[in-house]
Amino acid sequence: MRAFANPLARWGFAIIASILLLAVLAPAIAPFDPDAIDVKSILLPPSSSHWMGTDSLGRDVFSRMLFGARISLLVGFVAVGIATAIGVVLGAISGFYRGWVDVFVMRLVDVMLSIPTFFLILAVIAFLTPSIWNIMIVIGLTSWMGVTRLVRAEFLSLREREFVLSAQTLGAKNSRLIFRHLLPNSLTPIIVSFVLGVASAVLVESGLSFLGLGVQPPQASWGNILTDGKEYIQFAWWLSLFPGLAILLTVLGYNLLGEGLRDALDPRTTLSADS
Amino acid sequence: MTRYLLKRLFWMVPLLVGISLVSFLIMHLAPGDITTTEAGFNPKASEESRQKLRQLYHLDEPVLVQYGYWLKRMATLDFGTSFATHQRPVFLEKKDEQGNVSKGLIQEALPVTLLINVLSLGLIVVAALPLGVASALYQNRPPDRAITVFVFVGFAVPGFWLALMLMYWLGVVNSWLPISGLHSLNYEKMGLLAQWVDSAKHLAIPVFISALGGLAGISLFVKNGMLDVLHQDYITTARAKGLPENIVVYRHALRNAMLPLITLLGLSIPGLIGGSVIAESLFAIPGMGKLFYDAVMMRDFPVIMGILTIGAALTLIGNLLADIAYAWADPRVRRGVLH
Repeated sequence: MRAFANPLARWGFAIIASILLLAVLAPAIAPFDPDAIDVKSILLPPSSSHWMGTDSLGRDVFSRMLFGARISLLVGFVAVGIATAIGVVLGAISGFYRGWVDVFVMRLVDVMLSIPTFFLILAVIAFLTPSIWNIMIVIGLTSWMGVTRLVRAEFLSLREREFVLSAQTLGAKNSRLIFRHLLPNSLTPIIVSFVLGVASAVLVESGLSFLGLGVQPPQASWGNILTDGKEYIQFAWWLSLFPGLAILLTVLGYNLLGEGLRDALDPRTTLSADS
Repeated sequence: MTRYLLKRLFWMVPLLVGISLVSFLIMHLAPGDITTTEAGFNPKASEESRQKLRQLYHLDEPVLVQYGYWLKRMATLDFGTSFATHQRPVFLEKKDEQGNVSKGLIQEALPVTLLINVLSLGLIVVAALPLGVASALYQNRPPDRAITVFVFVGFAVPGFWLALMLMYWLGVVNSWLPISGLHSLNYEKMGLLAQWVDSAKHLAIPVFISALGGLAGISLFVKNGMLDVLHQDYITTARAKGLPENIVVYRHALRNAMLPLITLLGLSIPGLIGGSVIAESLFAIPGMGKLFYDAVMMRDFPVIMGILTIGAALTLIGNLLADIAYAWADPRVRRGVLH
């Protein structure tokens, strides 16, 4: 595959694949029960039995990190899945039918973009109760604007291309034009924006959980391990170092994969870089 | 220019209506109404305070009437009084019957956040321009590679975690920088210069943290812009007629590469404002972000709705200013050739 000739994409893929593997195998790998409280081993530094130390309730941080990876991936994929679904539908309608539908959708995008996203997310959470499902829905409902613009722009330009015009002249129905010609040709930028979207969703989720408004303890997430880390930063560096690095690495992985895919699959940007 | 401005202002009207609708919808997201416990409303709250909340947003009236009242609140910038902090007005100061003035919460917090955001924008421009230019001039050589690594890490590092690390390293382990608030306790007694130094020390980490994401993005943007511009014919012409490389790069190329930067800076405002929540609540800085965070934790709905609206208004103003600056910088837009 062309994408894997690109070193960025290869690195990104390697990082994401290893984290996925760790997350899937978490129950098998985790040396301890992530929720098991052990009052005799509170705030122990990393050692051969507790690789990343223990937290303020004596729980094994390494095990919690593994289960936290599941949360972070789940939230990322579901939230961005929701956002992408909304964005593809609205963008396709907007770019295909144009006219007043397009004006309406684009104004809606402008409105959503003018409200600071993090404020919007926090406000919605204030009116609901924080839970992992609400977080995914809220992030999804507040981050579809980029994809919408992207798909609309693709549709607008593809719609004028000869192969689409000739299909139309041959009598292809609108649904055939959209699903057989326009959508498959817009797939690359949609995939790239999905991958990059997961990166920012992971950041938002960890920020929310850190503030206590995301994934609620005792369920482990990288963000809420960091909350504990902040509390005990003077005595237990391992509580804040490892989750932070995990978030950094994950987001970096998605960004590298996204940029790499864009470079490899999108001939336009590759051309402009070569010229 | 006047026509362009008027057109631009006219476009803000549907946006404002849209913002009023979205914020109204958010208020009605909760199952039942916002005074029920499903909404996370304090179950111990008295029937009296529930009643007050219903009264404030006219929750007992038909939905359309409620929306009318909400529009009126937005238009008059009167968001009511806070439930949590001693009944203080949410946005602007108010006088009571005895003539006592109580300051508005947003009124006090807004300048702090604006200061941090202006400083962050300044830092972004000052640092991103040389980084981007260097990256373009040394493409695929060590300086470019180093800057690219910085850009990717800058995008990926969670701001709150870096803030925590810096706080620990610079504030706790080494105590070089203060880690909380805007001023030291003896601020009032300091000389002017000492006050400036004190404020700068308090703001250093928060400003750096809020600028980092934008810094990475904008250096990448400047780099790509420069690469595009440097391959154009007029640059070849400038070189061919023997202009020194400095003038070619800085006067001919950079100026054109910088134009879209104005719009991009305008677009980064909502991110900066929203991002202030984490930095301000970590460093106990009394700005909009901390006010908002506290309001969310206490379910102080009037404050939440007020900040949401004011935050959106700020974004619109920021984008408007960016468009004006763009029109001013680019004669084609000013004379109506483009857009």
